[in-house]
Amino acid sequence: MTQGILRQILDYSSRANPYPLYQELRATPVFHDGDGPYVISTYHEIKGLLHDPRISSDSRNLTATAGDPLNQAEEGGSDVLPPSFLKLDPPDHDRLRRMTNRPFGPPHSPRRVEQMRGELGGIVTGLIDTIAAKGDPARIDLVEEFSYPFPVTVICRLLGVPPEDEARFHVWADTLAASLDPDPDADPAERAKKTEGARMELGMYLAGLIEERRKNPTGDMLSELATGQGPDGTMSTMEVLSTAALLLIAGHETTVNLITNGMLTLLRNPEHLERLRSEPNLAVPMVEELLRFEPPVQLLPQRSTLADIEVAGVTIPKGSSLWLILASGNRDPKRFEDPDRFDPDRPDVQHLGLGSGIHSCFGAPLARLEAALALSELARRLENPRLLEDPPPYRQNAVLRGPRHLPVAVDGIRAA
Amino acid sequence: MNSDGALERLKREGRIVVVGASLAGLRAAEKMREKGFAGELTMIGDEPHEPYDRPPLSKQVLLGMATADGTALPRRRDIDAKWRLGVPAAGLDMAASRVRMADGDEVEYDRLLIATGVRARPWPNPEEAALDGVFVLRTRGDAAALERALAAGPGRVLVIGAGFTGSEIASACRERGLAVTVAERADAPLVGALGGVVGAVAADMHRENGVDLRTGIMVTALEGDSSGRVRAAHLSDGTTLEAEVVVVSLGAQRNTEWLAGSGLGAGPRGIACDAGCRAFDIMGIVTDDIYVAGDVARSPHALFGYQFLSLEHWGNAVAQAETAAHNMLSTSAERRPHLWVPAFWSSQFGVNIKSVGVPSMGTEIMITQGSRAERRFVGVYGYQGRVIGAVTFDQCRWLDFYEQQIEQTAPFPPPYPTVDRRPEGERPLPADFPDPSVPTHGPTITLSGHSPADRRMTFTPAHN
Ligand SMILES: Cc1cc2nc3c(=O)[nH]c(=O)nc-3n(C[C@H](O)[C@H](O)[C@H](O)COP(=O)(O)OP(=O)(O)OC[C@H]3O[C@@H](n4cnc5c(N)ncnc54)[C@H](O)[C@@H]3O)c2cc1C
Ligand code: HEM
Repeated sequence: MTQGILRQILDYSSRANPYPLYQELRATPVFHDGDGPYVISTYHEIKGLLHDPRISSDSRNLTATAGDPLNQAEEGGSDVLPPSFLKLDPPDHDRLRRMTNRPFGPPHSPRRVEQMRGELGGIVTGLIDTIAAKGDPARIDLVEEFSYPFPVTVICRLLGVPPEDEARFHVWADTLAASLDPDPDADPAERAKKTEGARMELGMYLAGLIEERRKNPTGDMLSELATGQGPDGTMSTMEVLSTAALLLIAGHETTVNLITNGMLTLLRNPEHLERLRSEPNLAVPMVEELLRFEPPVQLLPQRSTLADIEVAGVTIPKGSSLWLILASGNRDPKRFEDPDRFDPDRPDVQHLGLGSGIHSCFGAPLARLEAALALSELARRLENPRLLEDPPPYRQNAVLRGPRHLPVAVDGIRAA
Repeated sequence: MNSDGALERLKREGRIVVVGASLAGLRAAEKMREKGFAGELTMIGDEPHEPYDRPPLSKQVLLGMATADGTALPRRRDIDAKWRLGVPAAGLDMAASRVRMADGDEVEYDRLLIATGVRARPWPNPEEAALDGVFVLRTRGDAAALERALAAGPGRVLVIGAGFTGSEIASACRERGLAVTVAERADAPLVGALGGVVGAVAADMHRENGVDLRTGIMVTALEGDSSGRVRAAHLSDGTTLEAEVVVVSLGAQRNTEWLAGSGLGAGPRGIACDAGCRAFDIMGIVTDDIYVAGDVARSPHALFGYQFLSLEHWGNAVAQAETAAHNMLSTSAERRPHLWVPAFWSSQFGVNIKSVGVPSMGTEIMITQGSRAERRFVGVYGYQGRVIGAVTFDQCRWLDFYEQQIEQTAPFPPPYPTVDRRPEGERPLPADFPDPSVPTHGPTITLSGHSPADRRMTFTPAHN
């Protein structure tokens, strides 16, 4: 195994196609180099660890983080807010996730996501209409003009951010997202200042909104989180804040990349784009295959071991940092036949794209719905779309991986 | 003719008969067709319905959220079968390879799959059992009738037996706002399946949800009024309880009477088969053309010392049916064993309970995660220094891990720390199972020794 394979994976030059490196990595299912993390790249081992109660998501259990090159690039590292449930273990994780789920999913709120379907469709239609009215058919950037604004708008509606404030929300989200995707030419101090500023403003804004919703609840997620009185009681303002920030961050860049990766994959496989155009219901299995084939979250870098554990014959000592390479597990030939082929008709596509176990994606039903609506509408309305750059330019981030721009040309845009 | 040729002929034009047209029967039939069986397939079932699912009968159906006749099992593929529904199989002639039907018809087979499952154990006194308002719950018809009775708003429901089904019924009654008493002979609900430590949690759940739970007590008689409706039950403590609806939930009896005298190794504990699902005859010799799957089967399991296990588990019925179907259409070299790790689920009082392995073999239990008081925990069962089973209350996402621990015969008590370990989980406790010779209500896993023969018990044909 080459010494610097992790470095290679993180290196920007492999962003467009990291999959050959993952294949190389899978020859050593548990890879460990010097004082770096233990890197797990095969499906069954990753899945096993995601269900293993000796694994923690709480970074306070790490004895050594020094060798973790991703640590600086991590989201949400604000010291002001308590850790969100993404970074907590049970019982705190379970309690906060339950309380957040109460206004979001079954059994208490089985219809919240489904009820957003019409509204989501409206946002999609509006965005494509704007492209039709203002865009240049010879060069449309699907990231800028579609995938990017869509999920932020959705989170705003879910949380209950008033429409007149949505524009401000987009600016903060953009700044925070940019901090995940450092521009190598920009001044790091300047960037850090901007990020911290955006974080503060967003925090203050949300805190104000939470206070308001506490007084006059309006039925949206934020009102319910602030006033909900389930068996677990009510969240503190700080808890509501860090949960709202989690929903925004976890549901933004990921969904952007799923939609963008989806269009990229479909443009590379035009027969599937055509199928989707004639059969919009195919969007559902297609999104599943996309989550396997080009997962927006490539790896989970924040797990640690609470005990010495044995994985595939290797003993990983207590307190070690683990990286679970979801995108590699998704291409493991021991689990998926012909894994490098995009095949929406796969019968058994239990991918790792949304994680597994207790931290498996909280927003999964929403993410699936967003992606299915977006892809089927784009397929239906874009006339003869063509990729202008292949591969397109990617963002820096190796964890939340996806194109920075997706330039396409179209013959026209069909009416809604 | 070599055996390969015979197998090819069987696949092309053979006759396969499935007795018992429910979960195991259907899934086996689908698997046979998937494996290319093109011959004649006959599905014999005594119920007049095409295969339907039972777990919802004690859950959604009793809550009125689904109707009893809306529980048809989804079909995985067309099985192109001759359906003989509504008439039971009444006998088996092994020498002539024929199933005799209750209407006198005979059906010949080249391969036979027996999947006749179990039925609800009836109230032992037939006159009392026949009173209006006395129910059991096994079939679609049972569920529809019970649901109607609950919808009528009875003053009190009495559930006799606090196994999984009885507890689910009590839970549904409380969710409908009905007054309900549960009478259980053992000291707590679910003790047969999960032991006393977990049973105590279950008892608390009953009481917190307003169930009048009475343990260590037996119902000695049911009393009807002049119109033949049940009105009260007499209890072993000398008290009388008024109830308009009584649900008898005393576990199950294997549907094997129709095989009496056939020479097959069938009895009250089920039909013994080998790990490849082939039935044993009464001499302990394995048959070549008769297979068994589902609740009616008793089969040896490598992970549990090759003891014969009978499992009343949905997942087992599916897995065993698929293995049986595979083996029925395979050469001896291609056959595979049924190595399914037992797994079961139940939902009651808003809590999702799941188990893997064989908790009832456990002598000790350790609460490795969570807390019993919060009704969210993982309990791990140990037997002779190894992990033998696990149960979760609202913590099912960890179950895969513990299933692996069972498969790997990992040491007990688990020597490692886990997330969410509480003081109560620092050391093992006695699992506190009742004496296995005292029957409890529906353990859902029955261990029955190493002998394929069922001689220790005398065979008693059904009373009716
Ligand atoms: C109310 C209820 C709730 C349950 N809940 C759960 C749960 O939550 N989780 C779980 O894991 N399991 C549960 N189970 C158990 C699960 O449903 C069974 O394990 C499963 O049905 C077994 O399938 P089977 O095909 O082996 O047997 P069965 O479903 O019992 O089918 C056997 C069939 O054979 C027929 N038959 C019998 N004798 C003859 C004959 N002589 N001739 C022709 N046909 C005959 C029977 O009438 C029946 O239709 C529940 C069961 C019930 C009743
Ligand atoms: C396609 C889009 C998405 C992808 C690929 C994705 C992927 C993931 C993955 C892999 C995890 C597991 C993290 C871990 O195990 O450490 C996760 C967790 C999470 N996701 Fe998503 N996600 C997406 C969209 C969303 C959306 C839209 C939301 C919010 C509405 C959301 C909210 C969350 C939250 C809150 C968690 C933490 C869950 C926990 O720790 O219990 N995600 N997501």
